Amino acid sequence: MNNPHHLNPTSLKSRFTTRFLRALTKIRAQKPISSSSPTEIFRRYRRIKVAADKSMAYSVRSRRIWSKAMLWKLRSRSYRRQDPCSGRRSGKTNQAIMKKSSNENTTTRREDGVGFVEEADELRQLVPGGETMNLCNLLDETAHYIKCLTTQVQVMKKIADFYSF
Amino acid sequence: MSGASNKITDDELNALILRLGTLLPQLNHGRHGRASPSTTKILKETCSYIRRLQKEVDDLSERLLQCLDSMDITSSDAEFLTNLLQQ
Repeated sequence: MNNPHHLNPTSLKSRFTTRFLRALTKIRAQKPISSSSPTEIFRRYRRIKVAADKSMAYSVRSRRIWSKAMLWKLRSRSYRRQDPCSGRRSGKTNQAIMKKSSNENTTTRREDGVGFVEEADELRQLVPGGETMNLCNLLDETAHYIKCLTTQVQVMKKIADFYSF
Repeated sequence: MSGASNKITDDELNALILRLGTLLPQLNHGRHGRASPSTTKILKETCSYIRRLQKEVDDLSERLLQCLDSMDITSSDAEFLTNLLQQ
């Protein structure tokens, strides 16, 4: 099992486990009135998934673009749901800022003169905040993101196995 | 890491791509002594690996949804589980 230099799997695992279990306890306590309606069931599923992603993003210690981007995305999504008609300016302003920085980085992509721009673009869609990263950051952030994803999957599996007796 | 300039050197690029390659289980499967995979292959495999992992998170969220009501989470569970995970 490769032991990465920048990521300490031991403490990341324990931080994520603690946070995620805490979130699950809260979700479990939120008993809906009609727990059998498909809407309620889906909402609960969404809450669990968001809790998993949020817990992981918060558990990241080092300064990472992807985790910040993920938290920003989750936060702005919840704002939009609460205020569907207001068209929050802060969300739009943030989008404008992100568009601007990605324009600054398109020159990087063209200057690279490498033959894998398409694949890099596809990767940008998958890594949170990828659209704003230059190639160097993208590759670095991707490696860290993958390590965190595998940790997330491993812990969630353990938890599901543990509680499904 | 190139901070001042936007250009990335070939060496830096190769190092980053190689590192990514080591993280991909499918890629290293049965690669005994053959030439190292191309950058395009590594990036493509990276994308499909990430998609696979993200789907696993979705599926596991659904599993947890099913057993959530029967979950009796105590305060010592986090520590116990972390120890289990360390092994």
